[in-house]
Amino acid sequence: MTETKQPIIQIRNVSKRFGKVTAVDNVSLDILAGEFFVLLGPSGCGKTTLLRMIAGFEMPTEGQIIIDGQDMSLVPPNKRPVNMVFQSYAVFPHMNVTDNVGYGLRIAGVGKAEIRERVQEALELVKLGGFEDRMPDQMSGGQRQRVALARSLVMRPKVLLLDEPLSALDAKLRAQMQFELSELQEKVGITFVTVTHDQDEALSMACRIAVVNKGEIAQLAPPSDLYEYPANRFVADFVGSVNIFEGKLTLDEPDRAAVECPGLGKVYLNHGVTGPHGADVWVALRPEKIYLHVPGEGKAIRAAAQDAPEGHNLARGTIKGMSYLGDITLYEIQLEGGQMIRVSRPNLSRHDQEDFTWDDKVSMHWRADSPVVLLS
Amino acid sequence: MAGALQDWKLQKKPFVAIATAPVFWLILFFVAPMAIVWLYSFGQNAGPADIDISGTLDNYKRATEWLYLSIFLKSFAVAALTTLICLIVGFPVAMAITFAAPKWRPWMLLGIMLPFWTNLLIRTYALMALMGTNGYMNKGLGGLWEGASWFRTLVGMQPLEAWTPVQLLYNNFAVVLGLVYVHLPFMVLPLYSALDRLDKSLIEASLDLGAGHFKTFMKVVVPLAAPGIVAGVMITLIPALGAYLTPDLMGGTDSQMIANVIERQFKRANDWPFGAALSFLLIYAMFILIALQSMRANKVKEAR
Repeated sequence: MTETKQPIIQIRNVSKRFGKVTAVDNVSLDILAGEFFVLLGPSGCGKTTLLRMIAGFEMPTEGQIIIDGQDMSLVPPNKRPVNMVFQSYAVFPHMNVTDNVGYGLRIAGVGKAEIRERVQEALELVKLGGFEDRMPDQMSGGQRQRVALARSLVMRPKVLLLDEPLSALDAKLRAQMQFELSELQEKVGITFVTVTHDQDEALSMACRIAVVNKGEIAQLAPPSDLYEYPANRFVADFVGSVNIFEGKLTLDEPDRAAVECPGLGKVYLNHGVTGPHGADVWVALRPEKIYLHVPGEGKAIRAAAQDAPEGHNLARGTIKGMSYLGDITLYEIQLEGGQMIRVSRPNLSRHDQEDFTWDDKVSMHWRADSPVVLLS
Repeated sequence: MAGALQDWKLQKKPFVAIATAPVFWLILFFVAPMAIVWLYSFGQNAGPADIDISGTLDNYKRATEWLYLSIFLKSFAVAALTTLICLIVGFPVAMAITFAAPKWRPWMLLGIMLPFWTNLLIRTYALMALMGTNGYMNKGLGGLWEGASWFRTLVGMQPLEAWTPVQLLYNNFAVVLGLVYVHLPFMVLPLYSALDRLDKSLIEASLDLGAGHFKTFMKVVVPLAAPGIVAGVMITLIPALGAYLTPDLMGGTDSQMIANVIERQFKRANDWPFGAALSFLLIYAMFILIALQSMRANKVKEAR
């Protein structure tokens, strides 16, 4: 990845209001040249509005969008150095593939020979060689999307905007396209800005992700930081699956901390939290970071684990629900305090899912650096 | 449900029971009278109320004489001009409705359809009242004229001579204007339904790829609205071709259309056979138009 630190898009205090509804609320962020940037959020959070403002289809109510050093306030969509792949693909139904891909070049008045060459090149890039004369209604959704992609890439934009690019594809094709989009982005070196509500999509493709909630940026971070160091409950809950317990900070020193959670007991951490003593905080714990085993007997289910290794947190409960998902099994466990906690366990051998069943008493333990303490 | 529909096709008896009444209706009140008129076109007057169907082609010979042929051609030209103006005026109207806020759309459509609920005769007379030499149009123009005259005196120039009302009615202009007024909804509604189905992101995609609004309109909106344009043209052209009331009331001596000639044969001239021949020539012309249009539609389908 070519990591140039130059921002290609600068969004400065941008707000967008539709009547009384604020879709985007005072957002500022920089998108760097050459990165794969993802706007992630639930539907209606304002992420698509933000993308459409970059494309020029919506005008900000307040604030400024600068693309490649140029203020875009008075620049209409057809004059912006960005191109967009629409959620519905918006492939022109009355034109064949060649005419669709060559549309922008014809408008720009590029010579015929060059159009032919560049269209061919773009079609090869998206693996659509041989489809030149097809009409859109003779193509599958995935193929139409490739046409839309080629039609934008052929313009050699500074930034390619993608609105929910994979939402209409089936699961297998989506996984493949995630891969191909990342590969394509590296190959062409164009900045990609993608909008999605699908966290898997965001985590697998992005260099950096901005999580958007209610028109504001909840957190802006690389995928692994977002997952392992969520900044607040919204991000922790939206990205991946998580157990959240409310508690009070009872101990906070530079190298250790403790949170007293009514539902879970005392949770120890091997690092400081920098929060006021006695403050209301939340402990977030990912299901896959909890080890599960038969209590008391010290019978280790997983080779390395004893009842509770030195420095681990411990909790006990009863299995109330199980979902076998093939690669992992998901357990719903009722803690002794009555609250539910979710634990996932990889099926490392073929018979792992038989180790536990409904109403089994189990103990759980997790490392002291696994929980994340959230202040908001 | 699908099963029931399948059975419906297989079970002949209920089908026949349902179909009999409308088929009978059609034969009795449409096919039979038309057949009689068609037979009349091959006959000649044998008395004031008596027609002898002799199989003569004289009526058709007479109908294709230049006098009548020229009226046919003129009717066609007037109808074509009406359709063209309806298209030019109707397209922006249809686009405005399509892109209006959803809460306004039903009201705008209602505005388009409202005239349908008023009798054509009343609408025509209302328009005539507006366009008469003492009507509001002339008064408005007169006001502008006097204003201009007053302005000239203000800047020290000679005032204009007194306003003489313009003859807006009883000419070809009035006929075309009246026909456009009557037929505009027929054009707007199919255009609206075609534009409404158009995926708006196609327009945005075109803008995004660098096309301005005009190029987007010509290269994306018009081609994709083509079925609506064809439907609107047909549904405007055919009734305009057979227009009777508007040229009769608003036209002058030189602006009669073929329907007026036909009416005269059936009434004042009492020459039913000749009127029938003219009528059928008009119907054949319309058939040809419809056939051409469906041939074109088939070609488009095959090309896909």
